[in-house]
Amino acid sequence: MRKLLASTYKEFLLLTRDIGGIAILFIMPLVLIVTITIIQDSTFKSVSESKIPILLVDNDRGSVSETIVKGLKESNIFEVIKIAIEEDAKNLVFKGKNQLAIVIPENLSSDLEKKINQNVEGILDRFGLDEEEIENQPKEIFTAKEVKLYFDPATQFSFKNSVKNEVDKMISKIETQSIYNAFQKQITDDPSEIVFETENFIRFKEILPKNKDENIIPNSVQHNVPAWTLFAIFFIIVPLSINIVKEKSQGTFVRLRTNPVSYLTVLGGKTVIYLIVCLIQFVLMLLIGIYLFPAIGLPTLNVSGKFPLLFLVAIFAGLAAIGLGLLLGTIAKTQEQSAPFGATFVVILAALGGVWVPVFIMPEFMQALSKISPMNWGLNAFYDVFLRNSSLLEIVPEITLLFLFFIITTLIAIVYNEKKNAV
Amino acid sequence: MIEIKQLSKKYKGADIFSVSDLDLCISEKDIFGLLGPNGAGKTTLISLLCSLIKPTSGSFVINGLTYKKNKNQLKQLIGIVPQEYALYPTLTAFENLMYFGSMYGLKGNELKLKIKAALQTLGLSQFSSKKINTFSGGMKRRINLIASILHDPKVLFLDEPTVGVDVQSKNVIINYLKVLNEKGTTIIYTSHHLNEAEAFCTKVAIIDHGRIITQGGPKSLISDQKNANNLEDVFLALTGHALRDHA
Repeated sequence: MRKLLASTYKEFLLLTRDIGGIAILFIMPLVLIVTITIIQDSTFKSVSESKIPILLVDNDRGSVSETIVKGLKESNIFEVIKIAIEEDAKNLVFKGKNQLAIVIPENLSSDLEKKINQNVEGILDRFGLDEEEIENQPKEIFTAKEVKLYFDPATQFSFKNSVKNEVDKMISKIETQSIYNAFQKQITDDPSEIVFETENFIRFKEILPKNKDENIIPNSVQHNVPAWTLFAIFFIIVPLSINIVKEKSQGTFVRLRTNPVSYLTVLGGKTVIYLIVCLIQFVLMLLIGIYLFPAIGLPTLNVSGKFPLLFLVAIFAGLAAIGLGLLLGTIAKTQEQSAPFGATFVVILAALGGVWVPVFIMPEFMQALSKISPMNWGLNAFYDVFLRNSSLLEIVPEITLLFLFFIITTLIAIVYNEKKNAV
Repeated sequence: MIEIKQLSKKYKGADIFSVSDLDLCISEKDIFGLLGPNGAGKTTLISLLCSLIKPTSGSFVINGLTYKKNKNQLKQLIGIVPQEYALYPTLTAFENLMYFGSMYGLKGNELKLKIKAALQTLGLSQFSSKKINTFSGGMKRRINLIASILHDPKVLFLDEPTVGVDVQSKNVIINYLKVLNEKGTTIIYTSHHLNEAEAFCTKVAIIDHGRIITQGGPKSLISDQKNANNLEDVFLALTGHALRDHA
């Protein structure tokens, strides 16, 4: 026990003597979480201060284009900039000056109206309801109209998809509305008479989990703080593995091997100190979420009544990260091996764990892989507490996995070290 | 008492043995010098005796103990002064010594007093609160030595303890080692300084190609070798003048 305390104190001294290292350990995760949350907050916000400017070439100048412009403006996501010539809009977008241009074709409104009227009259005629004789009138042929979308080639796929869906939804709504109007005109001459109820019959309602009659509303902060906190916690493997590799390169590890002290004790000292570092990081990030975020216009992080469970998850996530760091440091021979590998591996674990892209939209193979990512266990445990209002019992499976991961990686590190240095 | 029997070591991928069928007996309270050209096997032999590497074959016993059966007892019994400065550069001399002393189970005032006394003897008292990365090579060598003797080892292995230090530091180190030996510590040391070894050692062994070529008291080795006036003459006569560069 005394040797463990001495090792812990030594690690404390080594860490506190490296002021630059400490600054990086504590400040960079905070910078990361603030930056990511501000960026992602705009995608969560229904009212965004920063709108995406889109170019609109209105060759129609009719009711349809008016409705599209109105819909785009009402979405509060876009700032519509009208531009006269399609070629100019295309050039601006393809050169990356704008993300998107929408080109509404000529006569869209009038042709749509004519086509719908023709269809409606045809239907009514079949039912024998049309008062006018149209049977012998030749049918006008309408070619399908194209609303052109130009995207900057650098635009992300998900953004493109969401814009396409939005425009598609608007056009469908316009078509439906036009059909209703056409029927209305045919059935009654009084425009004030309401023949059809045009409001959506099918609606959806999102039911949120509740915490004592209070809805738990997910927002960017509730999503980002656990995800990026976990990411930062796992980054501890980089300085930790460097610490171990340094011991080897400066010769102190050779001395320790001749001392009557076990490798477990040496690693134990590192574990205690780096776990404290992880927990300080965690608390700092919570404080940022609670106090700084509301001050800069972001939603407040709600941790009321959840802190003990969150702290528990942070302890086990920290242990899992430390176990990985101990193993990497034991196996790596140089800092050139441990630092880039550690950093890249954390990014891979984060990707697999669902920090960037939700696991459920990953390919099946990756979903299976994500199940063995400790970051996925940690993230699920954090989400369980933050967003699903889970109890201690419900997070036991995840924290058990994290703890087992720590035990297994540490054991492998010890066995590897013993095998390598066996006498 | 150290008894080495048929000890051999061949590193992975190496063509030749670094230590080959080596038999050696070192008596208690000896100051035993392991001398040899570069690549002769001196450091490998010390590393084997300190359990830093695994022998390919053969065995050895230190004070009746083996690493297989009495690992921790044996580690408590020996001290090693490695060739490189095995110290934490950002910790002070005192912090380094407190840490390494506590790894031997030393604690509290007993440890502090030992550190104080050793720093005093080796002329480093006023630097105890300075960080190691501010020390000169000679100062680091002395701290490196203190870190290995705080637990009063019965056997002390030193791998070139005076390499790269000034004459003053060298004298302080050698005198301190003599005092330790007088108090009962067996000293096994490697060096390329043959004059130093001649004056310091009670016995020496000259190793080449992993084998012992000769051993005995420095004076008797000199007298046994034709036209030899000192240990260096003996050394060159037995190991030759050819350069021993290897990679």
